[in-house]
Amino acid sequence: MTSTDQQPFLSIKDLKVHFSTEDGVVKAVDGLSFDLAKGQTLGIVGESGSGKSVTNLTILGLHDPARTSIEGEILLDGQELLTASERELERLRGNKMSMIFQDALASLSPYHTIGTQIAETYRKHTGCSKTEARKRAIEMLRRVGIPQPDMRVDDYPHQFSGGMRQRAMIAMALVCDPELLIADEPTTALDVTVQAQIMDLLKDLQQEFGTAIIFITHDLGVIADIADDVLVMYGGRCVERGTKEEVLRDPQHPYTLGLLNSMPSLYGPVDVPLTPIPGAPPSLLNPPTGCRFHPRCAFTEKVSGGKCSSESPLLEIVDGRGSACHLTAEQKQELFADFAATRHN
Amino acid sequence: MSNTNPLLDVSGLTKHFPIKGGFPIRRTVGAVQAVDGLDFQVSEGESLGLVGESGCGKSTTGRLITRLMEPTAGRISYRGQDITHAGRRELAPIRSEIQMIFQDPYASLNPRQTVGKIISGPMEINDINPEGGREKRVRELLEIVGLNPEHYNRFPHEFSGGQRQRIGVARALALEPKLIVADEPVSALDVSIQAQVVNLLQKVQRELGIAFVFIAHDLAVVRHFSQRVAVMYLGKIVEIADREDLYDNPRHPYTRALLSAVPEATVDEEPRERIRLVGDVPSPINPPSGCRFRTRCWKATDKCASEAPPLVQAEGNKPGHLTACHYPETQETIPAPRLAKDPEAAA
Repeated sequence: MTSTDQQPFLSIKDLKVHFSTEDGVVKAVDGLSFDLAKGQTLGIVGESGSGKSVTNLTILGLHDPARTSIEGEILLDGQELLTASERELERLRGNKMSMIFQDALASLSPYHTIGTQIAETYRKHTGCSKTEARKRAIEMLRRVGIPQPDMRVDDYPHQFSGGMRQRAMIAMALVCDPELLIADEPTTALDVTVQAQIMDLLKDLQQEFGTAIIFITHDLGVIADIADDVLVMYGGRCVERGTKEEVLRDPQHPYTLGLLNSMPSLYGPVDVPLTPIPGAPPSLLNPPTGCRFHPRCAFTEKVSGGKCSSESPLLEIVDGRGSACHLTAEQKQELFADFAATRHN
Repeated sequence: MSNTNPLLDVSGLTKHFPIKGGFPIRRTVGAVQAVDGLDFQVSEGESLGLVGESGCGKSTTGRLITRLMEPTAGRISYRGQDITHAGRRELAPIRSEIQMIFQDPYASLNPRQTVGKIISGPMEINDINPEGGREKRVRELLEIVGLNPEHYNRFPHEFSGGQRQRIGVARALALEPKLIVADEPVSALDVSIQAQVVNLLQKVQRELGIAFVFIAHDLAVVRHFSQRVAVMYLGKIVEIADREDLYDNPRHPYTRALLSAVPEATVDEEPRERIRLVGDVPSPINPPSGCRFRTRCWKATDKCASEAPPLVQAEGNKPGHLTACHYPETQETIPAPRLAKDPEAAA
C-alpha cells in the first residue's frame, strides 16, 4: 500500500490508441482519462467496438506494438506503464496486475493441468519451489470455491465445467495477490446462476485483498450489481462517468439513457414496445464528426447551431461525475424527465 | 391453454443422443438425455417462451418442433396432424408453415448470395410465385422488417448484425408461416440493437398473427415477448405459466432462483431477494434420479431423490400454471440465508 491519498492507484490520462490497418487508421480509444482507487470497482460499459477491451489490453501492455500507436499516460501506483520495458511489464503482469478473460476455455492451455498453470505464475513471480507452488495452487482453488481442490488440481481444463474454468482462471489471476484486476466480460459466457456465483466471489475476494477491479461488460445489470463507479464508453470515448447510483438513476448522456430504455425489465410493465436506439454503433475507421453519438441521438435538434455534428462535446468531470453532451443541465432535466417517471414508479 | 385445438401440441417429447464407445465394435454406451418428456401446446398467434440455462434442452426442443431432428419418443402434432416421424414428402407442405430464426446472424446467411436471393430462396424451393413476382414480394418483406427495399442486390457482409437478423426475419416471413421458432434471436446482438429486433418480432407477431416459440436465456427479454413461459431444467419443463404468474409468483425453487440471479439495471433501495445456487447444472448423460433439480435445491428431501415430481397445477396455482415440484414455493416461506450448503458437500 504505497499509494497516497493524493495519488490514485491507477491513473489514465488522455489515452489514445490507434491501429493502422489496410483500410486506414482505427481510432479505437480516443482521449480517455480515469482514475481508480484501491479496493474500488470501476465498471466500464459499452457496446462492441467502443474501445473498452482495447483500453485494458493497453494497460497490461498486451497490444501489438508494431501496429499500434499510443499516446497518453498510464500510471500504476506512480509507475508509468507505457514507457516501461517488456521485462518490467513481465514483472508486473500476473503479479501486481492481472486479467480475467471472457472465454475461459480459450484462455487456458489444454495440454497442462489446472494446477500447473496456476503454479507457473506463482513460481515465476516468487521463485518458490514446485511443492510450495502446488500447495498455493490448491489453496487458491479452494478459495475460489472449487470442490475437492486437492484432487481437481491435477485435472485438465476440459474436465472442468464452464463456471469452474472461470473460477480456475480467477484463481490464476489472483495467485500473486494482484493489486489491480482487470475482468473483461468475465461472466458473459456463463449462465445467470453461475454468473451470480462468480460476481459474489469477486466481491468477496476484493473485500479480502482490497484489489482494485476494472470490470468490463455490456450488461448494465451486472454493473448495478458489482461496480462502485461507472464509465460509459461510446466510439472510443468516455461519454459519461459517475457512481453507479448516479449513472443508473440519473443518466446525463442520451446514450446511457438510450441503453437503459432499451433494456426490458423483469418487473416493469409488459406490452409496451421497447425504446431502442436507432442505427448502429459507429465504425472507428470513420467516426462521425462532432459528438460520435449524434447520428443516433434523439436530441440533436435541441442543440442550437448544429453543434452536435460539428463540435466534440467536452467531458467535464466534477467530483467524479460528468458527461460529454452539448445539452445543458436544464435541458436534460426536462428531456430526461420521462425516464425518471417510467423507471422509478 | 384450455382451447381444444392448439396449433402445436407436443406430448412426451423426448430426444436422447446416443453416445458411442468401445473398440473394435462401437456400441451405444449411454445417452445424452437432451429432452426428456415435454408436454406443451402453442395456440394460434400465441408466443410461448422457453427459458433455461445452457444444456437444458431448449434449442433441441426448437429443432424437434421444426423437425430438423427426429424425436426419440413422444408426439408432435401440428394442426391435429401427427408429424412426429413424418417423412420428407409429408413434411414439405408443413415446413413452409413452420419457420425458424437462428441465433447467429453471421452464420445463418449464405455470404455468396444476395439479400434478394436469400429471402426468395424459400419461395423458389416451394415453387411459390406470388402475384407481381418474387422480387416484388421480397421488396415488400424488406420493407416490413425495416430495411431499404433498395438493398435487394446487396450481400450479407454489407450489413451490421442487427440488419442481418432482420434479413433472417424477412426470410422466415417469406412463406407466410403460422409458427416461427426463434432460437436466441437477439442474444448475439448489442444491447442497443436487441430492442430493435425484439420490437420488430413483436410487430410481426401482432400484425401477422404468427405463433412463436421464443427460445432465450434472457429472462427479461422472454418476459417482454411471450405471453406464456416455460422454464426448462436438464431436459424437463419444471414450470409453465402465463407470464404474470410465472414472474410474480414462481412456485418452482429453480424458477425462483433463476429470477433472483438476473442482475437488474436498477439501484434498489431495498435489496432484492438473493438465492445463490451452489454448483453447476449436472450432466444430462447421467441426470440425478427423481427431481433433476434436487442436487442444487435447498429444499430437497429423500422423496425428491426417489420420485420425479409430475408437472401439475400445484395447490394455489392459477389454471394453466403448472409446476413440477414436491414442495412448491409460497411467497411467505423464504428461508433467510439461501446459501446454506457448503460447496464441498455439494460435490
